[in-house]
Amino acid sequence: MSTMADPTGAPAAWPDTYGDEAKERMGFFTDTSICIGCKACEVACKEWNLVPEDGMVWTGESYDNTSTLGANSWRHVAFVEQNEPLHVDGDQPDALRWLMSSDVCKHCTHAACLDVCPTGSLFRTEYGTVVVQEDICNGCGYCVPACPFGVLDKRHIPRHSGDPPAEILGLQLGKKEDGRVWKCTLCYDRLKGGHEPACAKACPTDSIQFGPLDELRERAGQRLEKLQAENWNGARLYGHDPNDGVGGFGAFFLLLDEPEVYGLPPDPVVTTSHLAEMWKTAALATGALVVGVVAGFLGGSR
Amino acid sequence: MGSNMAENHPVGFQWVLEARERGARVFHVDPRFTRTSAMATDWIRIRAGSDIAFLGGVVSYILEHDRWFDEYVEHYTNAPVIINEDFVDTEELDGLFSGWDPEAGEYDVGTWQYAGMEVHGAAGQREEGFKPTKGEGSGHGGHGGGLKHGEPPEEDPTLEHPRCVFQLLKRHYARYTPEFVAETCGCSKEQFLDYCEAICEASGRERTGAFCYAVGWTQHTVGVQYIRTAAIVQQLLGNMGRPGGGIVALRGHASIQGSTDIPTLYNILPGYLPMPHTEAYGDFESYMDANTSPTGWWGNFKAYWVSLMKAYFGEHATAENDWLFEKLPRIDDDNSAYWTTLQMLDGKVKGYLIAGENPAVGNTNAKAHRLALANLDWLVVRDLVEIESAAFWYDSPEIESGELKTEEIGTEIFFMPAAAHTEKDGSFTNTQRLLQWHWQAAEPKDDCRSELWFYFHLGRLIKQKLADSEEPRDELIKALRWEYPTHSQIQEPSAEAVLQEVNGWEIESGEFLSGYPKLKDDGSTLCGCWIYCGCFQDGINQTARKKPHWEQETYVAPEWAWAWPANRRILYNRASADPDGKPWSERKKFVWWDAAESKWTGLDVPDFEQDKPPDYRPPDDAKAQDAIAGDHPFIMQADGRSWLFVPQGLEDGPFPTHYEPHESPFGNPLYRQRANPRRQQFERPENPYNPVDGEPGSELYPYVATTYRLTEHHTAGGMTRSIPYLSELQPAMFCEVSPELAAEAGLVHGGWATIYSTRSAIEARVLVTDRIPPIEVQGRRTHQVGLPYHWGTRGLTTGGSANDLSPIVLDPNVHIQEVKAFSVGIRAGRRPRGKALTEFVDGLRAQARERREQAERVEPESERST
Amino acid sequence: MSTTDVGTNMRSYYGRPVLKEPVWQPEIPFYFFTGGLGGASSVLSLVARWTGNDLLAQRSIQIASAADAVSPLLLISDLGRPERFLNMLRVFKVTSPMSVGSWILAYSSAASSMSAFLNTIGRLRHVAELARTASAVSGAPLAIYTATLISDTAIPVWHEARKELPFLFGSSAIASAGAAAAIAVPPPQAGPARRLAVGGVLAENVLFKLMEKRLGMVGEPYSKGEAGRFKKIAAGCTLGGAALLAGPGRRSRLAAAAGGALTLAGEVAVRWSVFKAGFQSARDPKYTVEPQRERQSARSRTAPGTGAGSV
Repeated sequence: MSTMADPTGAPAAWPDTYGDEAKERMGFFTDTSICIGCKACEVACKEWNLVPEDGMVWTGESYDNTSTLGANSWRHVAFVEQNEPLHVDGDQPDALRWLMSSDVCKHCTHAACLDVCPTGSLFRTEYGTVVVQEDICNGCGYCVPACPFGVLDKRHIPRHSGDPPAEILGLQLGKKEDGRVWKCTLCYDRLKGGHEPACAKACPTDSIQFGPLDELRERAGQRLEKLQAENWNGARLYGHDPNDGVGGFGAFFLLLDEPEVYGLPPDPVVTTSHLAEMWKTAALATGALVVGVVAGFLGGSR
Repeated sequence: MGSNMAENHPVGFQWVLEARERGARVFHVDPRFTRTSAMATDWIRIRAGSDIAFLGGVVSYILEHDRWFDEYVEHYTNAPVIINEDFVDTEELDGLFSGWDPEAGEYDVGTWQYAGMEVHGAAGQREEGFKPTKGEGSGHGGHGGGLKHGEPPEEDPTLEHPRCVFQLLKRHYARYTPEFVAETCGCSKEQFLDYCEAICEASGRERTGAFCYAVGWTQHTVGVQYIRTAAIVQQLLGNMGRPGGGIVALRGHASIQGSTDIPTLYNILPGYLPMPHTEAYGDFESYMDANTSPTGWWGNFKAYWVSLMKAYFGEHATAENDWLFEKLPRIDDDNSAYWTTLQMLDGKVKGYLIAGENPAVGNTNAKAHRLALANLDWLVVRDLVEIESAAFWYDSPEIESGELKTEEIGTEIFFMPAAAHTEKDGSFTNTQRLLQWHWQAAEPKDDCRSELWFYFHLGRLIKQKLADSEEPRDELIKALRWEYPTHSQIQEPSAEAVLQEVNGWEIESGEFLSGYPKLKDDGSTLCGCWIYCGCFQDGINQTARKKPHWEQETYVAPEWAWAWPANRRILYNRASADPDGKPWSERKKFVWWDAAESKWTGLDVPDFEQDKPPDYRPPDDAKAQDAIAGDHPFIMQADGRSWLFVPQGLEDGPFPTHYEPHESPFGNPLYRQRANPRRQQFERPENPYNPVDGEPGSELYPYVATTYRLTEHHTAGGMTRSIPYLSELQPAMFCEVSPELAAEAGLVHGGWATIYSTRSAIEARVLVTDRIPPIEVQGRRTHQVGLPYHWGTRGLTTGGSANDLSPIVLDPNVHIQEVKAFSVGIRAGRRPRGKALTEFVDGLRAQARERREQAERVEPESERST
Repeated sequence: MSTTDVGTNMRSYYGRPVLKEPVWQPEIPFYFFTGGLGGASSVLSLVARWTGNDLLAQRSIQIASAADAVSPLLLISDLGRPERFLNMLRVFKVTSPMSVGSWILAYSSAASSMSAFLNTIGRLRHVAELARTASAVSGAPLAIYTATLISDTAIPVWHEARKELPFLFGSSAIASAGAAAAIAVPPPQAGPARRLAVGGVLAENVLFKLMEKRLGMVGEPYSKGEAGRFKKIAAGCTLGGAALLAGPGRRSRLAAAAGGALTLAGEVAVRWSVFKAGFQSARDPKYTVEPQRERQSARSRTAPGTGAGSV
């Protein structure tokens, strides 16, 4: 039924609706200061989740040929080459640094995709993560522009042979494409089996850390302190704050520059935060429409 | 240095990051800023091919500023040893050492010997002195020599004698000043000095530092000497045999260490026993004599040999028939990969078997290899997919250009699909000599078969066919022990049974042996590889132990897998204790002498005879390991010391010397001898060389190219360019150039470039980046071109092969190709196609030749080839 | 080469979008049109009935029914999995304008088609009138909710215009209903229809301008690319159509039809302009990043204790 976003900072409908089955909220802390850009996360995710290949396009954008998250890329390693020092330590005229960061669905506390999904396909799991039920999704695509991070997308590849398009009245209603929206599930099936997600497992340097969200937030705070003490250039946390525009991310980051440098929005706000205002405006406009039509008859019914 | 660990060993690299997190300084010294540099605390840019200049400068700094670890150097290295009075250094001979024979093109190492030692004359004479073996003939060790007492005849413990190794070292590197380093390597003096200080600070009793290297060091005509220079640095700083020290080789394949231990090299047998040679060794006695060292563990050579013969031939090898020695095949030539390829080009090789390798893309001058394969009568290729080496006859640049025509290629090709590592049991042996077992997870599909299956059944079938043969040449085949249990529908042989054989057993009792000291030379023991003996001790597959390190007592974690020899994790670890057997410091204690128990003990298996006290001094007639004193940790060496100066075993000098790469835009700033005089050159029509610095024509190939790997692909691409998940991560061949080079050559980022040498030309997408900056060397600026070498014509992502551009010119000691520094030209746009390609390449080559012939030679022909 | 400055000091990841463009196909802007037409026509039909203009009432409910019949087909066709269209009615979610709207459309279609059918065959009068009322009650929100739907996304040109879009869509709906009725009804009885068409056109053109102005930089898509072109077409067609309706359309059936058709074309163009603007707004990262950066800087200026190290 209705899933209004909860202003108190917890994701809506969790953990209450789960009762006894609710688990600790799990998430990711991606510490990009130790990411070596190996892309094991991208490959492990694809292998575990049978995500299809996403296009053989050489972009020339440093070593990033994946470019963006999407229906067929659930982990995306960004590469940014900068003429900047890694540490702020005196004069370094020829400094070079290479930022590497593995992006993923943020599993927002207040998730716009979940809020706008009309079929109830998107739901919040007992772990507090956000998952698309692919047997319900009908590809309406509403979640796609709703996400402030541009995570979700529709899968255009041909359907599997075992899943033929439906026929009604002899007409082929179904399209040839998969047509549904796909995104990171935080390896829901692996969590149920007591394992960590594939990307976290594969990450050789533990840049991707998985665990209970509060623990991760604490660890991240300490990590930031250490980096700041060591004068790391630009170190900051992104998405750790439960008071931010999406109520804090379930998958948050330690970045070394502004979010937009990595292709991330600096100050994302879940669109649902203005829901009340929008419905109010809709009501007013509806009223205005009725008034307007009536006004058209004021000069007589002819 | 010479490596890119984060990109090529990402899992191992996590430990480097752990060290960094704890405050270690991580220096990445490299021509490019790679993903490793991004993680390092410091990146020092140097020119590709100048590492010896850099490290030699470090040696000089250490000696200059008295930063060497005195007690260690005095007792554990051959620093005090006095060298033959006829020895002359490169400083006096303008880049050559004494003993150079220009006719033969090689060194007579007689003058490099320790003073007071004669060089052995005939075989079979037990005199003091070293056998004149070098390169691979030296058997990968400092053995084959003979020293009474295990002590050199003349030494100066004060290190002051003008001909002691220490002083020779000082003189040899005197001109490798910080200024020289900055000028020759293109780095800044400040960075260099900072580096020297840092590694000196990180050494001594309380601290150690390590080097990690890979093919950035080995793939040079002075590759072995690169590593030698680091070895000198580490010996001076006292970092060998100590925890956190050493020189770590980052291997290119999961089990390439294993491929030399149980070798796939033509000139050695399991455990580095030398292959018998038609000329060098004569009869069995002479062979034993030549290879049995009077001192050190090689003194038990015969036991290792006989046990191996029992493994091969079982009851057929007996003391009476000298363990079938006379029947064994002998090598009579260099049969290394490149030499064999050249023989193929000359039509002298009939058949070839390629297994898990792709020379048509992965070997230097890949084009020559494709032409060579077309000259065979038959070729067998075993791989996961139909790689370029199997498809060259219809799909290759030469088919496109018309240089080869499918219908004219006489090679009959058998492609035998291979099973992947997940489809079979087996072990990997890694750089730490760790044997790690893995189990089969899935059955191979269709006709795919493992290596073990293939060779076992091949041998079985051959034996079957020859069972009734009376021919003498078939005797050995018939004598082969060839019984392994098989299982599963396809009759897969038991890998564990093979491991058991490698470990060996006492023949009568069948008991598995616990280590190589148990091997006998009387035929009562059987062992497939003496250094692996113990991997199956107590009948347990020791290599399959998987206890995680957090469940073990110490960080050494000896119960994970099994390291050869004897599960020893750090070799020469006796050096982690001082001459009296006490740890250098509490912090760095590793193994030590327990006086109460009268034995060596510690965190690791001591690499020393357990009950030999530190104050043991060998009697005059002591043999083998008994001839090594209690304070000499380097027990595989004849004198128990680590060698700063290498009197025998190397083709190209007892000290590393800065030589320019074979193809370089720069001359040698120190010596008249430009490049390694001993490098192996094979100039011929299929393998032309670019003109070098100063020579007219060199301006046509003015840039330094270097080849390398990316994380996303593996070597020649057979394993990765057929997988969509990896191919999409790096879906095109590209070159890396600086903005300055792009401007100079008119290259557009994201566009195409054609890169060319006298060998061939390829095309690549252009990635303009600041990470491969131009270098200022000897007052001149030049550019470097970065080339990943993964691509070929097959697979989901295809592209030009970087190795089409590189020359066949090899390190003389181990025949490794120089692909880390060679010269190229570059221009914008895609390459010419079809015949136009060869016309383009040949045209430039002809132009270069013309210019060279017209002008006076910088390097006269006779010197050019030396 | 690494980071891109886009005009200002804004930084981006190789100039790539931060958001994803909608995956909606051309069916959707046409649906905005048919939904508005159908919804407003239902209301028009009811008011016409109340004021005794039965012909206008009948034509309008027929128009509403036709539009409401096409609307679901357009939506189903746009789905990635059309055979799962019934999943739209699995839940009723107030946080999802698409969920609410699907229910509204379902009721509205049922009501308007029932009313039109019964009205046309002249049977079950009371049921027909009830159905007409139901249709109007659901029709009004039907014409508006699609504006809420697109406002309720992260797309800046839509979300930041959440105050104006519902009124814009409402005006456009009124204009469409009026124009369509003016074609279907002879001029003597089409007075209110003409008035609604002209009034709607004027209101919508003013609203569009106001919205664009208030959006500032975020409204830039309306002056560029396809969104800009459609907007120009919309202005021309709607104003031209309104002129025809207000002038010769009062006497000439032909002029009225022409004016009505032109107006309808203009309304389609309005929906297309808004639709395309969303794509353009998602495509250029500056529309997302710059306002957020400004908002954040403003926040940290007024609250200096927020400290470095957090974003």
